[in-house]
Amino acid sequence: MENSSSSSIVSTESEKNSVLNLKETELRLGLPGSDFLGKKAGTGISLFGKDLKNEGNNGFSQIPLKNLVSGAKRVFSDAIDGSGKWGFSMKGGSEVDLGNGGSENTNALQSCLAGPSGKEIGNPNPAKPVEEKKNENNSTAPASKAQVVGWPPIRSFRKNTLATNLSKNNVVEEKSGLGCLYVKVSMDGAPYLRKIDLKTYCSYAELSSALEKMFSCFTIGQYASHGLPGQEHLSENCLKDLLHGSEYVLTYEDKDGDWMLVGDVPWEMFTDSCKRLRIMKGSDATGLAPRAMQKCKSQS
Amino acid sequence: MDPKLKKTKDSSSNSANSPDSTHSSFPFPDEVLERVLSLLHSHKDRSSVSLVCKDWYNAERWTRTKLFIGNCYSVSPEIVARRFPRIKSVTLKGKPRFSDFNLVPQYWGADVHSWLVMFAKVYPFLEELRLKRMTLSDESLKFLATSFPGFKALSLLSCDGFSTDGLKAIATHCKNLTELDIQENGIDDFGGGWLSSFSENCSSLEVLNFASLSSDVSFDALEKLVRRCKSLRILKVNKSISLDQLQQLLVHAPQLIELGTGSFQQELTPWQYEDLETAFSNCKNLQALSGLWEATSLHLPVLYAACASLTFLNLSYAALQSGELAKLVAHSPNLRRLWVLDTVGDKGLEAVGSSCPLLEELRVFPADPYELDLHHGVTEAGFLAVSHGCRKLHYVLYFCRQMTNAAVATIVLNCPDFTHFRLCIMNPGEPDYLTNEPMDEAFGAVVKTCTNLRRLAVSGLLTDLTFKYIGKYAKNLETLSVAFAGSSDRGMQCVLQGCPKLRKLEIRDSPFGNAALLSGVEKYETMRSLWMSACNVTMSACRLLAKDMPRLNVEVMRDEGSDDRQADKVYVYRSVAGPRRDAPPFVLSL
Repeated sequence: MENSSSSSIVSTESEKNSVLNLKETELRLGLPGSDFLGKKAGTGISLFGKDLKNEGNNGFSQIPLKNLVSGAKRVFSDAIDGSGKWGFSMKGGSEVDLGNGGSENTNALQSCLAGPSGKEIGNPNPAKPVEEKKNENNSTAPASKAQVVGWPPIRSFRKNTLATNLSKNNVVEEKSGLGCLYVKVSMDGAPYLRKIDLKTYCSYAELSSALEKMFSCFTIGQYASHGLPGQEHLSENCLKDLLHGSEYVLTYEDKDGDWMLVGDVPWEMFTDSCKRLRIMKGSDATGLAPRAMQKCKSQS
Repeated sequence: MDPKLKKTKDSSSNSANSPDSTHSSFPFPDEVLERVLSLLHSHKDRSSVSLVCKDWYNAERWTRTKLFIGNCYSVSPEIVARRFPRIKSVTLKGKPRFSDFNLVPQYWGADVHSWLVMFAKVYPFLEELRLKRMTLSDESLKFLATSFPGFKALSLLSCDGFSTDGLKAIATHCKNLTELDIQENGIDDFGGGWLSSFSENCSSLEVLNFASLSSDVSFDALEKLVRRCKSLRILKVNKSISLDQLQQLLVHAPQLIELGTGSFQQELTPWQYEDLETAFSNCKNLQALSGLWEATSLHLPVLYAACASLTFLNLSYAALQSGELAKLVAHSPNLRRLWVLDTVGDKGLEAVGSSCPLLEELRVFPADPYELDLHHGVTEAGFLAVSHGCRKLHYVLYFCRQMTNAAVATIVLNCPDFTHFRLCIMNPGEPDYLTNEPMDEAFGAVVKTCTNLRRLAVSGLLTDLTFKYIGKYAKNLETLSVAFAGSSDRGMQCVLQGCPKLRKLEIRDSPFGNAALLSGVEKYETMRSLWMSACNVTMSACRLLAKDMPRLNVEVMRDEGSDDRQADKVYVYRSVAGPRRDAPPFVLSL
């Protein structure tokens, strides 16, 4: 897929922001690590208006736009569709709508927002621009250099195939060469921790169902161990926990040491930056409970 | 033994020769000679045999079943038909090699149709056709499919002019097809429907390669085909086949010897992942693996079980990083041939050096050929590392952005058995980056040390000295590729005068002129062909050459807007068929 890189930013968001002046609480859809939320004009919509940490330390490593879109795939929206316990969901497609459907999307998103969406990202700090620069080079390379016909001597088929590979190249480079990725998982109130290999899962849905199986013995309630896999189980759990006055939220500690809400970023980015997982009680997460109730009610 | 030869059945068609054959002192009857000669397969050996005497020439021509024509214009279909009565397999090569790099305009020629017409008349039992750099139309393919009832194997490499409709004709009409091998052609892909045209009775396929086609094929049709072709040994699918589909195919074909996967990137459930792993580990006979489009570290581990038996690993379409490659080769100790992209870096190549002691061939392709940034790709360090660990290396194709004379000298000391040394320093005229000197000494070391060298491609900043070395030491050299190199006519002259076995010489963008061209006047008839483009050759010299050597075809193509006297592209080749009759207007046959 051709990604037009960061030059295709549309600037409706910044105007919107200044008019409404609701930056602090506004929920916007955005690409993690993007620095256009504050500095440049908004690219589409960002989900969280405010960073939890006041330093504004963006927990995510800066990933160029190109990567994100191609790396996001369908994992993200399909897995998190609707119930979105771990994150937000996007109506339609996996690619972020780059600004064109600005206002509509915001509304749509606000309504289906995941409950425990306390973690806010966003105010943008321009993190490392290195990758982006490299990307720009790549995307404009052929046009800017004078090429000699037939040099280097590579057959057309290979040349054409490599050209399409290039855009995916960076996605590949982001991944580490690790064969497994064991991280500790702790659950508030559980007597011991567990360890899981993130590489054995390919999506948030798989991860969440695996965790549920692992930690189901600790949840209280009749519906704990059975129930249908997937969303219904989640909502039952959710309801049940609600009855008992608690709601669990999955968070993780990233490379920078920040605790983030699981599900905001594309799967690959998550596995790259996740160091450990913590299943947190909803009451511990500031400002989460009210929304959680709202969300669960809307699901039942 | 009866000294007199028996007259044989073929003497009637050989009237010109019969009077001589009675004088031969060869004691064996023709049948015996033919029986013996039918065991010869190499066309070079057969060529030598045919030169011994008339009897042997005859016996050879009756027993030859495989035809190899390295330059389709060196001979005509009529001449071939007259000489060889019993051909079952034909290999035909057409355009000059530089056509792969867009240096030859479209519609240049090398159309196979006139050959097919002759084959249909004279070799109705033709079974195999292998074409390289030929032009063929869908009509030709249809003609092929319907004219030869016993047709079995079709292989098309770097050809153009046809579409998937032609493939459809082959699949539909060739009931006994054992091989369909479509590689890197200029093909119009109108969809994958051709695959569904294989009849449900077709179960004879042994080789199916459609890796370079882009459109989706019906997986259902493919699966059924794979299931019923129990003798399938080579299967190379295209990108449209996903990982879980691949797994289903592998379950039906664990006997595969060569596999080309489809897209190697897909979200799999842990169960699917496990099934895939199992499928690969069940392929106990796998020797070659390719495809692996978009492979990432997530899925590569499924291959590990199959890697143990691998001798050829083609990763040239998978942009792997060093760590990923390292893991893969660690599981593949029996590798003989490895093709990679330069994304693996020097580090990846180090891993190759330490894991693959049996390696004989290495090809490193550039992932981004137009990127000038030195931080990408591989350098002399990677090549050195491989040469340290893989002493049996004899074939290398290496694309890099920097090289040193010292490194190459060390490399050939480590691996003196090079037969094919193709080094491409991607920036034209690039010197040794440490000393800033020309790369003459590097190639000098190669030709001095590697006495078995048959193929050489040079690059970097090179003076006539390189060619002096080549002429002096490269006594077994058969193919030489030159680009942006040399300082004067003297360079080319040294090569023409010094390399006795030279067969193919291709030169572009080098300062060789008329004196150089004409110095090879007597040489060119011993060679298959000479290509010179963007050199300093003029029309008058070409005309002179053409006049002096009637058995050479001298063809010139002029670039648009260039001087009338300049011969921009010159293609000289020996031929017994005279000048081409199908030359397009932009090809001047002198």
